[in-house]
Amino acid sequence: MNACCETPVFEPPAAPPGAALQTVVLIGPPNSGKSTLFNRLTGLRQKVANYPGVTVEQRMGPMSGVGRDDLTLIDLPGIYSLTPYSEDARVAIDVLKGKMPGTPKPDAVLLVLDSLHLTRQLMLAAPVLALGLPTLVLLNMSDLMKSRGGAVDTLKLARELGAPVAQISAVHATGLDAVPLFLTQCAIRTSGIHLEQRLTLPVLGNAASTHSWAAQVSRRTGYHPPLSAESSRKLDNVLLHRIWGPLLFLVVVVGVFEVVFSIGQPLSDGFGDLLARMGNLVRPILPAGWIQSLVLDGAWKGISSVLVFLPQILLLFLFIGVLEDSGYLARAALIADRVMRTIGLNGKAFIPLLSAYACAVPAIMATRTIENRRDRFATILVTPFMTCSARLPVYMLLIAAFIPNIAFLHGFLGLRTIVMLSLYLAGFVAAMTTAWLLKSSILKSSETPFILELPQYRMPTLRSLLMRLVDRAKVFLRQAGTVILMVTLALWVLAHIPPIHLSGGTYAAPELADSMIGRLGHFIEPALAPLGFNWKIGIGLLSSVLAREVMVSTMGTLYGADPATQSMHLQTALHHDMSLGGALALMIFFAFAMQCTSTMAVVRRETNSWRWPAFQFGYMLVLAYGAAFVVNQAVTAFLR
Amino acid sequence: MSVLSELKVGESGLLIALDLPESVQNHLMHMGFVPDAHVTALRRAPAGDPTVYGIDGMEIALRVETAKAIRVREYLPATAESTKMAGTAR
Repeated sequence: MNACCETPVFEPPAAPPGAALQTVVLIGPPNSGKSTLFNRLTGLRQKVANYPGVTVEQRMGPMSGVGRDDLTLIDLPGIYSLTPYSEDARVAIDVLKGKMPGTPKPDAVLLVLDSLHLTRQLMLAAPVLALGLPTLVLLNMSDLMKSRGGAVDTLKLARELGAPVAQISAVHATGLDAVPLFLTQCAIRTSGIHLEQRLTLPVLGNAASTHSWAAQVSRRTGYHPPLSAESSRKLDNVLLHRIWGPLLFLVVVVGVFEVVFSIGQPLSDGFGDLLARMGNLVRPILPAGWIQSLVLDGAWKGISSVLVFLPQILLLFLFIGVLEDSGYLARAALIADRVMRTIGLNGKAFIPLLSAYACAVPAIMATRTIENRRDRFATILVTPFMTCSARLPVYMLLIAAFIPNIAFLHGFLGLRTIVMLSLYLAGFVAAMTTAWLLKSSILKSSETPFILELPQYRMPTLRSLLMRLVDRAKVFLRQAGTVILMVTLALWVLAHIPPIHLSGGTYAAPELADSMIGRLGHFIEPALAPLGFNWKIGIGLLSSVLAREVMVSTMGTLYGADPATQSMHLQTALHHDMSLGGALALMIFFAFAMQCTSTMAVVRRETNSWRWPAFQFGYMLVLAYGAAFVVNQAVTAFLR
Repeated sequence: MSVLSELKVGESGLLIALDLPESVQNHLMHMGFVPDAHVTALRRAPAGDPTVYGIDGMEIALRVETAKAIRVREYLPATAESTKMAGTAR
C-alpha cells in the first residue's frame, strides 16, 4: 500500500546541503479533507467542516503529529486547478508556487484527493506534479470508498503518476504512516528520477485534455467509483423539497431558539448562581473597603454578568456546528440563491452570512470564496448586521428583564422566543436591504454565475463538535479575562474618582452621579434621551464599541457600584431603571450598530482600506440611532 | 442537440461544448464539465432555480442562465459505452 517504500532503481546522490527539506505543503481540491489531515499531522485545531471553502488562508504548523517538529506543514484553501478563480484559490496557488511573501517556499507536496471522486480529482494531479516538487499523493476517505464498493490499484496509479500513492483516512487516522516515510525518503533522494517520468504528463494541457488524461489514468488503474451515497439523495428529497425543505428550515430555526431559552436559560441561571456563590466565598478573605469593592462589586460582578451567558452561546455554537459539519450549509445556499439574486448577490454569499450567526470575523474571511470582487465587498459590508453570538448576552438580559414569559401554541412558542426571532429577522432584513442598496449603486456589477458544489451529507462527529465548543469556550473566557476585565476595572476606577475628602483624613467614594463616569454619562445623556436611554446605558454604549458583550459587564459594574441597586439582580435593577420603550429601542440599537473593533480590523484587512470600515461604522450607527428613536417614540406613545 | 437547462429532472445528456466566458468555462471544465461528460439533472432548488446536476459522481448546482450556455446532445444508454471510448481514445 505504501508505494513510497518501493526502492528506487538507482541510488540518487545526496541532496545539496542548501536544499534540505523544511516546508511541506498540503494541496488538493475543495472539501477533500486537507484541514482534517493538517490537524492530524500537526496536532493543531484548524477549523474543519463539510462544505467547500472552509479554509480561506494559509495556516502553518510544525508536524508534531508524526514526530517531525523540524518540518513546517502549510494548510491551503482548496483549488480546482492552478488558474485562480477566487481570492482563496489565489492564496493557495501563490503559496504553492512560493510567491507568497512571508510564507516559505514549499520543498515537498502532499496532494490530498478525495477517493470517492478520483477521476475528477486527478485533474489537479497533473499540474501539481508538473511543478516538479517531490509529491506524495494521498487518497483520502479510502475507507468510505471501499465500504461503498469502490476500488483502485495504488501501485499502478503510482506508476502512472510517477509519484508515491497512499490510501488514507484523515478522519480515522489510518494510513498516515506513509507521510513520515515519504518525508524521510524526500530528504535522501533528489527529484531527478521523478522529472524523467513526469514528461508523460500533459503538462500544458487544457481542461479537456487534462480530463481525458485523468479519465484514462483512472481507467488504467482499475478505479471503480463507489456507489454514490443514496442516503444523501434521499435526504435531499426531503431537505430540498419544494414545500418541506423551506418549512423544515423554519421549524429547525425556531426550535433552536426555543432550546436556547427553555434549556439554556435554566442552565445560565444555575451558572449565574454558582458564580455569585463563588464571589461570596471570596468576600470574607478580602479586606473590607476599597479592595473588596474593586474585586467583587467591580471586576467580579462585571465579568460574571457576561460569563452567565456561556451555556446559551455554546448551545448556539453546537447548532451551527451541526449545520456546518453535516453538509447542510451548501443546501441552504442553494435554497437562498433565489432570494439572494433579487438583491444582486448569489447564493454563495449566504454561506458567510449564515456563519456570521456565530461571529462576523471568520464570516468576513469566508467571503474570499465569492469570485466577484464587488459582490464580495457588498457581502463584507452587510455581514455585521447578522446577529452574532456577542449580541446574545445583551438580548438575553433585556428580554429576561422586560418581556413576560407568555407561552403560545401549548407551550411550543414563547413570547420571548418571538422577540428574539424578530431581532434576528431585523438584522437579516437590514443586511439584505443594505446589500441591495449597495449592489444597485456603488457596487453595481454584472452578474457572476452561481457554481456550487454540494458535498455529501456526513454525520457530524462528537469529537469535532466537542472541539468546537471547547475552542469557543476558551475564546469567550479569554475575552472575559482580558477586554472585559480591563473595561470593568477602568469603569470601577472612573466611578470612584474624584474621592471625597472626609473629616479625619479619610476618603470616600463620590456619589455615582458625581464621579467621573457619572459626569461623562450625564454629559452625553441629552443625545440619548430621545432613545429612552439613561446615562448608564450611554456609558455601556461607549464601552461596547470594543465588543458588544462589554455592554452587559458595564451594566453589571455600574449597577453594582450604585448603592441603590447594589444588592439587586441585574435584571431587576434594569427593570426599575428603564422604560419598555427604551429597552426595545436598546435591543434594536444593538441589532443594527457596529460595536466590534475586531470586525472593523478584519474589514480593513480584507478591503485593504480604512474607508470601508469607516463607512460601515457610520452607516450602521445612523441606522441604529434612527431605528432606536422610532421604536422608543412609537412604544412610548402606544403605552401612554 | 439542445442545452443543459432543457433537461427535465431525471434526464441525462452528453456534453458538447460550453459557450461561456473563458474563466467561467475553465472553472466549470475543472469541475468535470468537459466534452462527452455524462450529465444528469438531479433536482431543482425549492424555488425552481438553480438546478443540481450530477456529473462524475459529484453534485453541482447551476443557475438556468449558465445551464443555457452549455450544449448537450441526447444520451442513449445503448451507445453510451462506445461514445465514451471514442471520447477518450482521441
